[in-house]
Amino acid sequence: MSEIREQDYNEGFNIELWKKLMGFAKPYRKNMVIIGAMMIILAIIEVTFPIMTKYAIDNFVIPERLEGLSIFALLYILLVILQSFVVWIFIAEAGKVDTGICYHIRKTGFQKLQELSFSYFDKTHIGWIMARMVSDTKRLGDTISWGIVDLVWGSTVMLVISVVMIRMNWRLALIVLTVVPVLAIVSIYFQRKILSAFRKVRKTNSRITGAFNEGIMGAKTSKTLVREEKNLEEFVEITGEMYSSSVRAAVFSSLYLPVVITLGSIGTGLALWRGGEGVITGTLTYGTLVAFISFTIQFFQPVRELARIFAEFQSAQASAERIISMIEREPDIKDIPQITSIYGDSFKPLKENWTEIKGDITFKNVSFAYKDGEKVLNGFNIHIKAGETIALVGETGSGKSTIVNLACRFYEPTKGEVLIDGVDYRKRSLLWLHSNLGYVLQSPHLFSGTIKENIKYGRLNARDEEIVRAAKLVNAHGFIMKLRDGYDSEVGEGGSRLSTGEKQLISFARAILANPKIFVLDEATSSVDTETEQLIQGAIGQVLEGRTSFIIAHRLSTIRLADRILVISKGQVIEEGNHYQLIKEKGHYYRLYTNQFMDEQKTMLLHRDS
Amino acid sequence: MKKMKLLLKFMKGNRLLYLGSILAVGLATSFEIMIPLVLKVTIDSIIGNKPIEIPNWISDFIEIDGGKSFLVQNLWICGGAIVALTIGNGIFLYLKGKWSASAAESMAKNIRERLYDHLQHLSYDYHIRAETGDLIQRCTSDVETIRRFLAVQFVEIGKVIFMLSLSLWIMSSLHVTMTLISVSLIPVIFIFTLVFFFKVKAAFKISDETEGRLSTVLQENLSGVRVVRAFARQEYEVNKFDIKNSEYRDVTYRLMRLLAMYWSSSDLLCLLQIGAVLTFGAYFATQGVITLGVLVVFVTYERKLVFPIRQLGRILNDFGKALVAVERINEILEIELEDGIDEGIKPQIKGNIEFQNVNFQYDENRQILKNVSFKVKGGETIAILGATGSGKTSLVNLLLRLYDYDQGQILIDGIPLRNINKKWLRQKIGIVLQEPFLYSKTLKDNIGITETNISESEIYEASKIASIHNVILDFEDGYKTSVGERGVTLSGGQKQRVAIARTIIRNSPILIFDDSLSAVDTETDLAIRRALKERKKGVTTFIISHRITTLSEADLILVLEEGEIVQSGKHEELIEQDGLYRRIWSIQNSLEEDLREGVKAKVERALS
Repeated sequence: MSEIREQDYNEGFNIELWKKLMGFAKPYRKNMVIIGAMMIILAIIEVTFPIMTKYAIDNFVIPERLEGLSIFALLYILLVILQSFVVWIFIAEAGKVDTGICYHIRKTGFQKLQELSFSYFDKTHIGWIMARMVSDTKRLGDTISWGIVDLVWGSTVMLVISVVMIRMNWRLALIVLTVVPVLAIVSIYFQRKILSAFRKVRKTNSRITGAFNEGIMGAKTSKTLVREEKNLEEFVEITGEMYSSSVRAAVFSSLYLPVVITLGSIGTGLALWRGGEGVITGTLTYGTLVAFISFTIQFFQPVRELARIFAEFQSAQASAERIISMIEREPDIKDIPQITSIYGDSFKPLKENWTEIKGDITFKNVSFAYKDGEKVLNGFNIHIKAGETIALVGETGSGKSTIVNLACRFYEPTKGEVLIDGVDYRKRSLLWLHSNLGYVLQSPHLFSGTIKENIKYGRLNARDEEIVRAAKLVNAHGFIMKLRDGYDSEVGEGGSRLSTGEKQLISFARAILANPKIFVLDEATSSVDTETEQLIQGAIGQVLEGRTSFIIAHRLSTIRLADRILVISKGQVIEEGNHYQLIKEKGHYYRLYTNQFMDEQKTMLLHRDS
Repeated sequence: MKKMKLLLKFMKGNRLLYLGSILAVGLATSFEIMIPLVLKVTIDSIIGNKPIEIPNWISDFIEIDGGKSFLVQNLWICGGAIVALTIGNGIFLYLKGKWSASAAESMAKNIRERLYDHLQHLSYDYHIRAETGDLIQRCTSDVETIRRFLAVQFVEIGKVIFMLSLSLWIMSSLHVTMTLISVSLIPVIFIFTLVFFFKVKAAFKISDETEGRLSTVLQENLSGVRVVRAFARQEYEVNKFDIKNSEYRDVTYRLMRLLAMYWSSSDLLCLLQIGAVLTFGAYFATQGVITLGVLVVFVTYERKLVFPIRQLGRILNDFGKALVAVERINEILEIELEDGIDEGIKPQIKGNIEFQNVNFQYDENRQILKNVSFKVKGGETIAILGATGSGKTSLVNLLLRLYDYDQGQILIDGIPLRNINKKWLRQKIGIVLQEPFLYSKTLKDNIGITETNISESEIYEASKIASIHNVILDFEDGYKTSVGERGVTLSGGQKQRVAIARTIIRNSPILIFDDSLSAVDTETDLAIRRALKERKKGVTTFIISHRITTLSEADLILVLEEGEIVQSGKHEELIEQDGLYRRIWSIQNSLEEDLREGVKAKVERALS
């Protein structure tokens, strides 16, 4: 659960982290150089405008001359055009860097997610990963690309203005610039405060969303408990908190601007006072005075932006930490380098070196624990002949899923070994085993797309006829053809447009097409209508033929198909044999079977038409 | 127009604050606009030698201070004036920010609370059919859209209007032709922004949709991780994701390029406008038509004018969005509330219940209950059996007045149900739903949720009856364990038992179990019923169940089929009759047959 909790923000600046992150920006080095150049040009142009004004005053207005005014106007227009051109380029380029960095982080993250072991997904919520991959990457792309924009622009503007002012009149410049350090300190202080205030607002806001969620989902229950008023009371507490934290954040930001412009105006006032005196004594031109006044106003924007970036980088660092920690995580299960060099990895398999799999599986003194100390299996032994169908029955938590997970090498034994065709499977590549695996889940999982695409997932180069043949084998062809677009019908997100039974049939077809040597069926308990039930039974029969199969069974009809039934309790096989033998024993299996039989019969009586 | 009225209605109670913030923005703008005038006077008449063209009271003020010559000696006063004006500006800017935020936040608070309250008091039927996702969307992001508009942008419109009219007034008093030049491109800038943001709406939408597709691929990959691994499709998934990932990158990049176009061309327009003022101003100044100070005023005003005008186009587009959000929220608030929630009498309830020819339907075409009649004495147990959709749940829901029956009569202790106050009734009748909802609180708070002063021993007592006490003690945090969204996940049977404990803690004279032991194993089921029987003597109990052991103990068993009571009586009577009850009961026999069949099949297989 600790993965889910938001980490606290690390105050210090983590250079290593940003270095790693800048690795993602590498392909865009050229663009970033362009952006930097553009921002410098832009800053210079912006500083040039007040100088233009000064020029106009000193050369046209004061001497009351018109010569050169048209050239001046032309120059001004050229400058304006240049500026908008530069603006266009830098936004487009920053956009490229922004979207590009996001793209690369996501790509790398996704690739890593494909390698991480199930133990990672057991501990980490999908929502957490989604947030990292969607919003954190977005924030990083944003901060890096636009951060550079504002950083370069802000510092250049400040630098150029300072240089220009000092060159125009260094005494006046120094007087005016005294305000800047104060401005910077105040800005950093406020930006930090503002950012953390808004962070609190966001947190409260997610509580409000949660409360609405609960209020709506639980409305029926609340009604029967007559809890409406108390619920509202609790809700009002949260909205009250939201109100005060939001107003607090707003007050901070509304306070910041006045403070900053007042500080800025002190600069302006100083310029007017000392500059005005200069004009009167003749040491300063009118134009320079006006330019100085403009500069003091222009100075405050970059200071504000730089302070903001500073604060934003700090909070983006938290996003960076989360993402980098995900990307740098090592999978618990992976092939050692010697194995990868012979058989290839998950993305570049060397199939020519693979041996053909027969499907003979042996557990030799296998122990396993998901967490330290909580052993699920202890010295477990079993031998499964190639082509045998094994049904595993037992209560939730008895260890039957663990046995299957270990056989598939989704997890590896903590002690002992699993042999496939007589060889420890750690001496073969992961992909070799997984490529020979067929898997049908308790809650069948389909991907958005057409039915055809979903079946094809079993073998990507399958021809249409093969797809139809697979569908026919598992009795799915009939219902597919009844759909408007047949095999090209969209299944919806996660297969939402199909019923559970239909999804199951599709997932059987997918498994058949893969033609695996080892097949796993984690059977559903969900009730489907009798007709579909029979179709599914037929399909299972088809799939099991000629393969080593594990069935985590719930339906009696499926259990009876097995060559061997293992009754598992607390990681031990407590009964073993086929259906008839076990019924005769009148032990656990007998009780399990009779209870299940009653339930199934009742369900049939009561849900005939559902 | 209707939407505008709605928006105004939402602002009710905070209108004074809004008025205050608009007033503040007006005052802030007035201070701001005076700063360039100080510059003008200083440049033209104090540093320069032009006569002071300012209202008499100000010149009088200057005279009192010692006149122009004094000011020349003490130029810091002019600088100080600028600081003072900026402080004035700042104070009102602060007030504007504070007031408009308070107004908007308190409005958002009101809307949120109204929505929450309203949703809770909608009819039971509404919640059965409600689309949760859409409702939450409206309650959160639509409220946020309105809040953001009112907190930031609404007042901004006021500012632009003040700025425009004040500066136009001052500018035109200084020089009319220059004023015309100053505003020549303003309409173009405004219309350009307005049209642009209207047009790029589509591009924004496409970008959002592409992001949605990217999320779907990611989400499906993560939730289907077992399938991906079992078929060894990592490479395929990486390619699939890459397609969506680059699609999103490209679409967003295109959007950025559009924005780049916008910012650069609007910059061009704005700067050209400023340039025009500077060039023509310089020209007029050389001609002696305007002074240098006036030129400075015009250039400064122009900067304060063009950029806010450019913002205005965007704000107006957001205004459109806010109005749509207002309407979507109002749609919820207009849904009719459950009627007569507080009407009716509050009698003592003993638990005698009589149904007399009760008919009930949700809508015209679907008759749910037909002519249901039966009679129960206080303290009896009634079991109901029926297939899915036979009307069992509706029958018990009628008792709580979650729905009201159409014809016939239901009497509780001789009083017609319709005359009894709904909330009173629901407090007196405890019901455990089949899929109960637990709140994101601790187990202790969940179980004690109906009463304010509940002792720990009462909670333990109820938990023991519901056979959940030991389960809870096994949790690491015991009764302090959190459940719901952010807590532990309970199994269906555990949830049901917690819900039972929460319901029985209340000592209701009538209890209803709507198939609420379905996920509990047979032995625990029995233990719970034994405990209930012992501790809850005299309580009228309704049990909907499929378990013969449960049904058989009832004083009266009702068998429902398509809304009608087709059989009723005690266990001994019903097993004598042909019907659903006997069929369920006789499954026991068919099991023995199945087992015999199995052995027979084996013998046959051995022989063949």
